[in-house]
Amino acid sequence: MFDVSIEELIRSFEGDVLAIVALSLRVSLSAVAIAAVIGMPLGAFVAVVRFPGRSIAVTLLNAMMGLPAVLVGLVVYLSLSRSGPLGGFGLLFTPAAMIVAQAVLTTPLVAALTRQTVEDAWRQHGETLRSLRLPLASRVRVLLWDCRFSVAAAFLAGLGRAMSEVGTVMIVGGNIDGFTRVMTTAIALETSKGDLPLAVALGIVLMALVLALNALVSTVRGVAMRRHGG
Amino acid sequence: MAAEVLDARRAAPAARAALDPLLSLRGIVFRPAERTILDHVDFDWDGAGVCALVGPNGAGKTVLLRTIHGLLAPHEGDVRFEGRSRPAGDLAFAGQALVFQHSSMFRGSALDNLLVVPGIGASGRERRECALAMLERVGLRELAQAPALKLSGGERQRLAIARAWLMRPRLLLLDEPTASLDPSATEQVEELIREIHDDGCRVLLTSHNLGQVSRLADEVVFLHRGRVLERTPVSAFFANPRTREARQFLQGALPWHLSSPP
Repeated sequence: MFDVSIEELIRSFEGDVLAIVALSLRVSLSAVAIAAVIGMPLGAFVAVVRFPGRSIAVTLLNAMMGLPAVLVGLVVYLSLSRSGPLGGFGLLFTPAAMIVAQAVLTTPLVAALTRQTVEDAWRQHGETLRSLRLPLASRVRVLLWDCRFSVAAAFLAGLGRAMSEVGTVMIVGGNIDGFTRVMTTAIALETSKGDLPLAVALGIVLMALVLALNALVSTVRGVAMRRHGG
Repeated sequence: MAAEVLDARRAAPAARAALDPLLSLRGIVFRPAERTILDHVDFDWDGAGVCALVGPNGAGKTVLLRTIHGLLAPHEGDVRFEGRSRPAGDLAFAGQALVFQHSSMFRGSALDNLLVVPGIGASGRERRECALAMLERVGLRELAQAPALKLSGGERQRLAIARAWLMRPRLLLLDEPTASLDPSATEQVEELIREIHDDGCRVLLTSHNLGQVSRLADEVVFLHRGRVLERTPVSAFFANPRTREARQFLQGALPWHLSSPP
């Protein structure tokens, strides 16, 4: 069905592939780092604080985990376009725009998964933290630290979504060769052009990266669990 | 330096009214979902000696302890500690510490679990010294770096007491402090409780272990079906209980009670 030889695959790894992989990693890791900085405290805050409308906030947060990527791309595009509210920054069709879009996409995912994890920890430690008279910020810090291995999984889920996402970065990045082309947009383009060796090579790299990240986090988590128990 | 910080934390608030008892409970009712757990509990305590709350399962001892600590808001009545009402928000009373029957430990070392206590030092080094000194006091210094979740039951309970003691409370509440511990671990925990009391901290505990009550307590409050039926010196309670329920409880004949009275 596919006429792709090993030699062609190996040749495909030369040239632009490394640059595309490097840009993909830079964009996705930056986006998820931003999502973690915003989403983890936000998720922990919703888990710990009882406020009016909290159940609506939780429902919204959970619903936004499945935010349509193309819709996010469109909203970010409109915001960053010349006539949009953030048009003055001139970010459209740059890697920065792709980072913004992926951060918007992954923040609700990281926040929702963190909320669930921290809420479970709050059930376990809530009375102890109240007894210790810890203020809100300290409670969030202690709980995030206590669930750090589970929260790492939320980070990983965000990274997985960011790295495998194509629609958003295509819209706001433009898939410009050598500038905003990442693995997923390159795979889509090369497949449509019929250049299957390059598409398959990029697919293999993408899969290997996702597997390696998962393996790394699982290993760290396993070692830490054996060390700390629980 | 660490000792000075601890001493400063120990000082009772100057504003405490001289005539206020340490602890004052007035008409406390706790009735979640139409089930009465505490039924008009009145209790003044000046904090002399060690006081033990005893009673059968379901009598309301743990709920009363949590209410005293400020973790539970009573549906009726007023709790005052050193003349102050229950704090706003969800914080427990300042000046108290509670050791839970099943204390939760955070995923980290024994030392890490003490470092979560707020206000134990101005700098990181001071906090660490303070926490290590406390581990020394409870005999866990050599386990400072051991994972808290891997400690034995007795070690965990001593760590929980260390965490509470580190808060320098003026009132320490202990909920079944030696439940499910072996005799040796029980003896170590009891020794710690005596030491804390000798250090000037008032101690109020619940226990099913009547031997322990006789060894540790000076006064007994007998709870039955959410009511205080008897309050008496410990020797009198064991020698001559005044109520039929207390007599039956001491004879082990009191049926377990899980529902409110008709």
